Amino acid sequence: MTIIDHTTADVPSPHGSPEDSGPLLEVRDLHVEFHTRDGVARAVNGVNYSVSSGETLAVLGESGSGKSVTAQAIMGILDMPPGRIPQGEILYRGRDMLTMSNEERRLIRGQKIAMIFQDALSSLNPVLSVGYQLGEMFRVHQGLSKKEAKAKAIELMDRVRIPAAKDRVNDYPHQFSGGMRQRIMIAMALALEPDLIIADEPTTALDVTVQAQVMDLLAELQREYNMGLILITHDLGVVADVADKIAVMYAGRIVETAPVHELYKRPAHPYTRGLLDSIPRLDQKGQELYAIKGLPPNLTRIPAGCAFNPRCPSAQDICRTDIPALLSVTERDGTELPGRGSACHFWKETIHG
Amino acid sequence: MAEPKRNDDSMDATPNVTEVETADAATVAESVAAIEAPAQRGEPILQVRNLVKHFPLTQGILFKKQVGAVKAVDGVSFDLYQGETLGIVGESGCGKSTVAKLLMTLEQATAGEVFFKGQDITRLSGRALKAVRRNIQMVFQDPYTSLNPRMTVGDIIGEPFDIHPEVAPKGDRRRKVQELLDVVGLNPEYINRYPHQFSGGQRQRIGIARGLALNPEIIICDEPVSALDVSVQAQVINLMEKLQDEFNLSYIFIAHDLSIVRHISDRVGVMYLGKIAEIGTDTQIYDHPTHPYTQALLSAVPVPDPDAREGRDRIILSGDVPSPANPPSGCRFRTRCWKAQDKCATEVPLLAIPERFKGTDGHTAHESACHFAEERDVVHAA
Ligand SMILES: Nc1ncnc2c1ncn2[C@@H]1O[C@H](COP(=O)(O)OP(=O)(O)OP(=O)(O)O)[C@@H](O)[C@H]1O
Ligand SMILES: Nc1ncnc2c1ncn2[C@@H]1O[C@H](COP(=O)(O)OP(=O)(O)OP(=O)(O)O)[C@@H](O)[C@H]1O
Ligand code: SF4
Ligand code: SF4
Ligand SMILES: [Mg+2]
Ligand SMILES: [Mg+2]
Repeated sequence: MTIIDHTTADVPSPHGSPEDSGPLLEVRDLHVEFHTRDGVARAVNGVNYSVSSGETLAVLGESGSGKSVTAQAIMGILDMPPGRIPQGEILYRGRDMLTMSNEERRLIRGQKIAMIFQDALSSLNPVLSVGYQLGEMFRVHQGLSKKEAKAKAIELMDRVRIPAAKDRVNDYPHQFSGGMRQRIMIAMALALEPDLIIADEPTTALDVTVQAQVMDLLAELQREYNMGLILITHDLGVVADVADKIAVMYAGRIVETAPVHELYKRPAHPYTRGLLDSIPRLDQKGQELYAIKGLPPNLTRIPAGCAFNPRCPSAQDICRTDIPALLSVTERDGTELPGRGSACHFWKETIHG
Repeated sequence: MAEPKRNDDSMDATPNVTEVETADAATVAESVAAIEAPAQRGEPILQVRNLVKHFPLTQGILFKKQVGAVKAVDGVSFDLYQGETLGIVGESGCGKSTVAKLLMTLEQATAGEVFFKGQDITRLSGRALKAVRRNIQMVFQDPYTSLNPRMTVGDIIGEPFDIHPEVAPKGDRRRKVQELLDVVGLNPEYINRYPHQFSGGQRQRIGIARGLALNPEIIICDEPVSALDVSVQAQVINLMEKLQDEFNLSYIFIAHDLSIVRHISDRVGVMYLGKIAEIGTDTQIYDHPTHPYTQALLSAVPVPDPDAREGRDRIILSGDVPSPANPPSGCRFRTRCWKAQDKCATEVPLLAIPERFKGTDGHTAHESACHFAEERDVVHAA
């Protein structure tokens, strides 16, 4: 049994090119807390994950489990204060962004890592034309002239398949539909050809047909530029279509990691199993939906031991006292299952039981 | 509305081929006849007939001049039976919420009728309207913004009693509200708490309790679980089903998530650009869809289980939804339909059981507004 808490489950990626061997981004033992009137809210409690070039990591988990806060810490856009990072490392190509010089950090966050937010309408400036906002990336970061920047903006709009980009470059955000605005956000993130894109619920506000278009576009562009992608979502269906590996979060920790297909077949953590069982099916009509009982934990008073224990159907005494580490998961006979890990005292019973 | 009204294509004379943009009386009668419900369901509690809502588009600052109209809802008909759930699905902007608002009489219909137990509520006002409103309640989408943050949970749930004091006399309200909290599975002691002290799922329960306060017969749910994650969503859906059985409620359930809609609905209507494209039982729509738009919509649903996904038939639509201010002539779906023919540009397909499936007792025999309706299973793995 190996403890993989500090080395991070690393699933070999089908796209990973041999020359850049190490992961593109690695988060190690990250902690984030918020000082609030009700006490210290421990939003992130030792997160470990990594993503390589050309690879897609999906981060899944309950509302409030710390998915966005982790991403904000990577992007350096946490509210500090009240936020604080008491512990942890965020390694970009092996170098810790939390300790490097401001200058260096700014360069990486401005050009190498880009983020797509959930709500495209509120992240675009309503009084500036879409073309101006796209062009700004080139004017500020590459010192292009107004005219050159505009040409680049049109090219990008074409790239994300906005019809008649030339005619629409001067339009304002409200003149685009929800799906088109989300594509503009993708264009903006792609502008400087970053190494890594973090997409926080990029399709939650969209309906299924537009969702499919946006996800396909993202996947295609990722392949083309060999980018790493961190996809945050609570839609398990979207994940299954595009991700290579999944990390499941609960109460600020990673409770399970797995290559995408294996997670669905054989979850190794009771919370993941509960999530999968709660999904209604499209191809058949079931009886009552399974629902995980109880409420998410209060982050100022996370239960002792395993944070999931008050809601877990398999909880035993040890779960109320000892925090389970993220351990690698193996077959019954001890054969390794690459990339799989579970933070449950009873992972064996859960996956093999 | 300068659409070509008819195009007499004698070579291809299927009976139901012509329809005026906003269907005239004859076609309405025809489509009503087509909405035939199994006998055991009895009289519908709600009958919606050719409902239309156009929002005027104006220009000019001083002298507003109407330059067109957003045809948000453009001839929608369906029935709702006692104790059943009718799901409504469709792309963003197709008019789902506008239908909900028309049924709630929060918007004035441009044309059409809504019969509640035989009475046309679009023509009611004053006391009669108030009495009907009590019986049709709504649960809103967003549990985070739909509750007033400065009111206690007790005030929020009890607010409908201010408008309808006959349901709960002053002295009785607190007890009533606590009863309602209990019904939706919240601790009655929470009555003095504020919304921010609850989780998303708990807030949605508060919204449901409020919807139940006046003992309505119909509850219209507009995206009631879209903002919730799957585990919380399951709790809320189970609660809604339990309440339906207990109080024999009828639901209209509007949502983006087709799996959830299948789970909760007895029948499902698929909307596209202000019209119903296809309507039928959940089995008819999900397992035997005949309208290309329904097929595309279903095939785009991401399915989590990798085994169920292998071999699925995925249709990715190109292009964006046309503007409802200027919908395509003929079939509104034709600009994105891979099966479109000349006829689709000139003749509005009527919502009816396609001629070729009439009289067959298979699941394909349900209403579908397509000239070339044919079955295609896009949900099950090949
Ligand atoms: N500025 C802040 N001050 C105090 N608490 C905060 C702040 N930002 C986030 N939090 C808390 O941190 C926790 C984690 O939030 P986060 O946004 O990461 O959740 P999430 O996993 O992204 O959830 P969702 O799926 O709902 O987006 C939440 O409980 C949230 O209330
Ligand atoms: N008050 C209004 N004035 C003008 N146009 C409106 C108004 N309300 C809605 N619309 C338009 O009517 C159309 C239908 O809107 P509606 O809100 O009913 O869509 P929906 O199907 O509920 O979409 P969603 O899934 O995004 O909620 C849209 O094009 C919308 O822009
Ligand atoms: S450690 Fe215990 S409480 Fe936590 S998930 Fe495993 S069995 Fe459940
Ligand atoms: S009527 Fe024509 S355009 Fe419309 S859905 Fe049928 S085949 Fe497609
Ligand atoms: Mg989030
Ligand atoms: Mg709506």
